[in-house]
Amino acid sequence: MTTATPVTPDGAERTAPPRRGASHLLAWLGLAPFLAYVLLFLALPTVLALASGLFDSDGAFTLDNVAALGDPVILTTFWSSTWLSLLTAVVGAVLGALVCYAMLGLSETGPMRTAVDAAAGVFAQFGGVMLAFAFIATIGLQGVVTQLLTGAGIDIFADGPWIYELPGLILPYVFFQIPLMVITFMPALSALKPQWAEANLTLGGMRASFWTRVGIPVLAPSFLACTLLLFANAFSSYATAAALASQGSQIVPLQIRTALTSETVLGRENLAGALALGMIVVVGVVMWLYSLVQRRAARWQG
Amino acid sequence: MTPLPRTRHLLAGTAAVVATAIALTGCATDTPASGDAGKAATATSVADFGTFADLEAAAKAEGALNVIALPRDWANYGEIIDAFKAKYPEITVNESSPDISSAEEIQAAKTNEGLDTAPDVFDIGLTVALQNTDVFAPYTVQTWDDIPDALKESTGLFVGDYGGYMSIGYDSSKYPEPKTLEDLLGADYKSAVAINGDPTQAGAAFAAVGLADVQSGGDLDDFQPGIDFFSELNKAGNMLKLDVTSATIASGETPVVFDWDYLNATHVADNPDWKVRVFPGTGYAGYYNQAINKDAPHPAAARLWQEFLFSDEGQNLWLAGGARPARMEAMIAAGTIDADAAAALPEAPDTVVVPTEEQSTKAGTLLGEKWAAAVQ
Repeated sequence: MTTATPVTPDGAERTAPPRRGASHLLAWLGLAPFLAYVLLFLALPTVLALASGLFDSDGAFTLDNVAALGDPVILTTFWSSTWLSLLTAVVGAVLGALVCYAMLGLSETGPMRTAVDAAAGVFAQFGGVMLAFAFIATIGLQGVVTQLLTGAGIDIFADGPWIYELPGLILPYVFFQIPLMVITFMPALSALKPQWAEANLTLGGMRASFWTRVGIPVLAPSFLACTLLLFANAFSSYATAAALASQGSQIVPLQIRTALTSETVLGRENLAGALALGMIVVVGVVMWLYSLVQRRAARWQG
Repeated sequence: MTPLPRTRHLLAGTAAVVATAIALTGCATDTPASGDAGKAATATSVADFGTFADLEAAAKAEGALNVIALPRDWANYGEIIDAFKAKYPEITVNESSPDISSAEEIQAAKTNEGLDTAPDVFDIGLTVALQNTDVFAPYTVQTWDDIPDALKESTGLFVGDYGGYMSIGYDSSKYPEPKTLEDLLGADYKSAVAINGDPTQAGAAFAAVGLADVQSGGDLDDFQPGIDFFSELNKAGNMLKLDVTSATIASGETPVVFDWDYLNATHVADNPDWKVRVFPGTGYAGYYNQAINKDAPHPAAARLWQEFLFSDEGQNLWLAGGARPARMEAMIAAGTIDADAAAALPEAPDTVVVPTEEQSTKAGTLLGEKWAAAVQ
């Protein structure tokens, strides 16, 4: 479902200053598996996508595929992907943050908190065909909830079966965005020091002033960073949409599938590379913003 | 007597297409010298093995057959594979990726080249077949002469094996029978009409637009009237954009479906009230083709599989699945056809069309530009 790796906001851990000799070498050796991983699963696919997007099927250099990104159909697709990701990221971030806030009052080791943490971990990964099926079974045309509502005289599909179109993707996406927000934002919220609240009280502040002067300014960078992560998560999601909406390939990952697998419009495999390139650029920008914001957030943690 | 369907219609339409195919690929192959009879990979007929028993022995010695993209509920493939397994228990049939597209089959052959896991045989749409003849090995089955010329590439690089007409399947317990295409735009079919796939991806869905096109008075040179029909269907709130599977039919999620008649026919198993309707007037036909991977890891088994598919037994199994097999005419003449299964096929349309490769390409380009916006 997701290619984004949940990142724990940290920055507290600074590596010890490098020592010379054997331990230095050991440190590099220890890093080697990670480097290999990054090369194989991040750098190599990026290079391949770049390469296939810049060449035609005969292997000659061409800018046609990249130029095809300006095609109105493709532009619409990128726009659909962007607003869908943005909308679900913001909704997921706000709702997820509220859940985190509610959990603050619970004991960190208590059963409720543990249960919510575990559930968030599971639901953040509950995507793809399973999730699509769950939605079809509950609010599909013949779904349980749909039938109950129809019985009560409410027809949620009066304007047509939107559940299998772009708007129908919002609900399933929000479904996995909220728990991902809980996982990634909770550590930042937990890092709010009780001493700050005490200092606020000592200085004559109120509960409201704690949030407006301390809490929100401190949390804002983390919140923004998590929202960006959610955006990237939604932007790269594929399987849920593939199982729900079969017509028109309205988001970029589906458009890539069409270019790669179509048996009616042949010879567009390299367009998939150009599309992937477009996605890499968008996600690259988002990740760059993320690191900027995260650097600010790191100041307050530790 | 004609309780049997008129396959001639179907063939007449296909003839033009394969004529192009032959023109394109006519010079692609030479028959290998007759000396290397033992080499299964270059065998172009049973004669290159010696006898049919020699072919069977060679295939059994290989012990495996890799098939790809054969959904068990597609044109009776489940039963066909099981019958092959029962007949040749010595050969393990490895079924991989049943739901991928024709284009992906070719990719699978290329990415697995030289490996044991590469597909031995392909089941592909005509557009993909025409563009990938360099991946195929020529082979003529024993029943070659029975196969109408219109369906086969002259050296046997690929051969049409089963086909049918684009049709409407519907749940007769909840929806009235659509008499014409226009009926589907009516209020009776609210949120009900689905296509099996996206026309810019899947051959069957492409054919659905083709049928809408010719039924709305358009011709195959311009698919726009077909696209317009689905655009209207979408505006009427009748179009469903969910992918059709046996599960969505069984649950009633996709109650009215554009698909090949033989695929729609199989849904009776999921819903006893399921009926298939082929509109009168101009019909839209299509055949799927068999081909052998020229780098097949099990070349003898691949050839034996072809022999099986084009045997009376294989052809009747397709017929039992509601598809029209390539040798149907000859088998009717020879009396080897399964007459009950043949009589159960839906009535054929008055005239039948099949797009040429050029028309296909043009329609594909048009769909690429217009489809997404038309059904948004």
